[in-house]
Amino acid sequence: MATPTLDKMEAAAAASPYITVTFRIRRYNPEVSAEAEWQDFQIEIDPKERVLDGLHKIKWDLDGTLTFRRSCAHGICGSDAMRINGKNRLACKTLIKDINPEKPITVEAIKGLTVMKDLVVDMEPFFQAYRDVMPFLVTKGNEPTRERLQSAEDRERFDDTTKCILCAACTSSCPVFWNDGQYFGPAAIVNAHRFIFDSRDEAGEQRLEILNDKDGVWRCRTTFNCTDACPRGIEVTKAIQEVKRALITRRF
Amino acid sequence: MKIHKYDTVIVGAGGAGMRAAIEATKRSRTAVLTKLYPTRSHTGAAQGGMAAALANVEDDNWEWHTFDTVKGGDYLVDQDAAEILAKEAIDAVLDLEKMGLPFNRTPDGTIDQRRFGGHSRNHGEAPVRRSCYAADRTGHMILQTLYQNCVKEGVEFFNEFYVLDQLLVEVDGVKKSAGVVAYELATGEIHVFQAKAVIYASGGTGKFFKVTSNAHTLTGDGQAACYRRGLPLEDMEFFQFHPTGIWRMGILLTEGARGEGGILRNKDGERFMEKYAPVMKDLASRDVVSRSIYTEIREGRGCGPAGDHVYLDLTHLPPEQLDAKLPDITEFARTYLGIEPYTDPIPIQPTAHYAMGGIPTNVEGEVLADNTTVVPGLYAAGEVACVSVHGANRLGTNSLLDINVFGKRSGIAAAKYAAENDYVELPENPAQQVADLVEHLRNSTGTERVADLRLELQETMDANVMVFRTEQTIKTAVEKIAELRERYKNVSVQDKGKRFNTDLLEAIELGNLLDLAEVMAVSALARKESRGGHYREDYPNRDDVNFMRHTMAYREVGADGKDSVRLDYKPVVVTRYQPMERKY
Ligand SMILES: Cc1cc2nc3c(=O)[nH]c(=O)nc-3n(C[C@H](O)[C@H](O)[C@H](O)COP(=O)(O)OP(=O)(O)OC[C@H]3O[C@@H](n4cnc5c(N)ncnc54)[C@H](O)[C@@H]3O)c2cc1C
Ligand code: SF4
Ligand code: FES
Repeated sequence: MATPTLDKMEAAAAASPYITVTFRIRRYNPEVSAEAEWQDFQIEIDPKERVLDGLHKIKWDLDGTLTFRRSCAHGICGSDAMRINGKNRLACKTLIKDINPEKPITVEAIKGLTVMKDLVVDMEPFFQAYRDVMPFLVTKGNEPTRERLQSAEDRERFDDTTKCILCAACTSSCPVFWNDGQYFGPAAIVNAHRFIFDSRDEAGEQRLEILNDKDGVWRCRTTFNCTDACPRGIEVTKAIQEVKRALITRRF
Repeated sequence: MKIHKYDTVIVGAGGAGMRAAIEATKRSRTAVLTKLYPTRSHTGAAQGGMAAALANVEDDNWEWHTFDTVKGGDYLVDQDAAEILAKEAIDAVLDLEKMGLPFNRTPDGTIDQRRFGGHSRNHGEAPVRRSCYAADRTGHMILQTLYQNCVKEGVEFFNEFYVLDQLLVEVDGVKKSAGVVAYELATGEIHVFQAKAVIYASGGTGKFFKVTSNAHTLTGDGQAACYRRGLPLEDMEFFQFHPTGIWRMGILLTEGARGEGGILRNKDGERFMEKYAPVMKDLASRDVVSRSIYTEIREGRGCGPAGDHVYLDLTHLPPEQLDAKLPDITEFARTYLGIEPYTDPIPIQPTAHYAMGGIPTNVEGEVLADNTTVVPGLYAAGEVACVSVHGANRLGTNSLLDINVFGKRSGIAAAKYAAENDYVELPENPAQQVADLVEHLRNSTGTERVADLRLELQETMDANVMVFRTEQTIKTAVEKIAELRERYKNVSVQDKGKRFNTDLLEAIELGNLLDLAEVMAVSALARKESRGGHYREDYPNRDDVNFMRHTMAYREVGADGKDSVRLDYKPVVVTRYQPMERKY
């Protein structure tokens, strides 16, 4: 059993791990002012900690009014997508050391959705687009008594898109979505993909028709922002391409 | 204040709440109130799987599953409930598959199954493959699938509504549920939901520990709302410490990792579980493994400069297997520890994981006001509830099962009750208690801070009522909690606004944690035995003569207005299995 990484890690932990970091946060609270503004906070933090830990430190020790969503703190609930140093990420999956802490770390709300307060945006339009693609299994005929059979290969076909946590990092990094909030956006297409390519599902045609709409997949300009943003490592652009191809060939 | 009227109101949109909603919505006008967007619920964090004796890959049956559940729970399980759990497991899994859940598959195309701690063939002979899973994100798939089906059924959600009070009204000498009071995060407005039936599905309460696998939002709000209104809480001293949390962070690494062949090792590289559980080894039940880890640490065989953790070793498993079966947890190790699990072992320590106790219910999900009387119109399911199918220690994969079986049952039962009964009239000023609490916190000029009190609480709990407990440590905790509850009266928040005031809600959540921590510590102090997750070094043996009974904790308010915890006990339901010594 090898332990080299650990020994290194432990040696590093023995020295004082704390560094001083500036968080530059885009603040907005319409109860106080109609204008958003940047505010700097300095905190002492272990660079191996998460950006979320930094935000908590600020909220808990410096300014209780700082407002953001979070729950699980390890990248599975999708609450805390935000723009960190200009890129969409989950605050709980981004370690301070990985984002150049020598310079101020900028944190702002994701773009394209209305900011409600500080880092909190209105998620309703995002979830509405999701609901509009029929994100549920549709089957015809009688229910079998046991499970429906599915081969491991058929199951694998849509594995990637089942990982989505609906964090909106992709959709809110998409320039098409910024310009036109009517566009379904990558997350909705990812979730349509998850069913279109599920061998058990029988509503692929209907979903494809929905996405054939003027606000559907054809708006995608293949900028790959979404794939870069996805904290679950989903190949979002590829999924969108597969949906486009299915629309042309009607084979899926 | 706004008043809403629904037949059925469900508090919480995790697995239990949404499973209930799918049933209740078909049968009654239903609203789901949830403090998180449904897909943010912590069910999504569950990794390993959901137990059901499908027998898809090897011989298995529900009776073996019942036995394992009873034994795993150290005979504090109500055996009639465990039997229902194990029997209905099979349909619960098949229901989910039909709803679209993408389970991993066998070469035949059926649902694949794997091993999990405490689940055995023929009453303990050998581990059995009973856990149905979708890689190491089974909970994520359950949560998504249930939400998808809620969308399909048109379930009505009130997202980011915090339920803070349970309305109980006495009608002809019987305490009945009249509805709930909720606080809307976006606006600060208070809403009263009058309902014929209310189902609590608001999840666990792990956030009173520091090292925990639980989300920040798991603050026991539902348990606290009911407790404050005089309803009992059952078996709150039983909390599960999962053996494999990421060192210092508590993020869970599923038992499925050991199910796939992962091994626990001490600083000498020794596979120490062979000493403590010769048959099940690394897959012994969780309380046993957690204690073994701490025994290794205490006896100086822990790893690292402080000797405060052990290793989960996956390095002998083929990378393809890790990628296929454990992709998420291996990524956690890379992201949060900078470790490559293909080649390096992962430092772990036990992490506070699951509340076995909660709001007492019968097998229909009806909430109990005492040992036998139900509260008409009030239901609970999931981690917030105590049926009790988990007894003193829950087996892995039995909670995802619990939320599905008892979520469904309570959804059906509540809607039926709503169809057959009328509204209970609301009390005068139904929102008073919540309005007072919110006003008090918003206007307080006190000097105590939420973050300080919470941290002190968490440190006390970790130090004194975790894996090992003694009279001395528990007393220390009880005193500290009393001090913190006193200081809490003097707490203030910085955010005085109405809009998305999470500062205020964190203060309210802390109040809930403090009340529940007190119940836990007081219940633990009185239980002078060791059973399942409750281990007393001063009473290391199980004592069936005096303690094979459930704890029922009630809030009592004295003449001086001071509150305290009163304990009572409830017999365990025993059907097939007489208590035996628990060996793995
Ligand atoms: C990391 C991890 C891994 C796990 N792995 C497994 C596993 O492999 N197998 C297994 O069987 N079990 C597992 N468990 C346990 C299991 O996942 C949980 O016990 C179960 O999911 C709880 O479901 P629930 O529906 O009761 O609560 P949750 O999913 O926690 O949902 C609670 C809901 O209540 C809402 N809520 C809370 N308070 C309020 C309030 N005041 N007002 C309104 N709404 C409120 C929340 O918004 C949320 O929607 C795991 C647990 C953890 C933490
Ligand atoms: S596809 Fe990725 S980035 Fe987009 S919502 Fe899903 S998880 Fe988030
Ligand atoms: S807090 Fe859950 S994803 Fe970050």
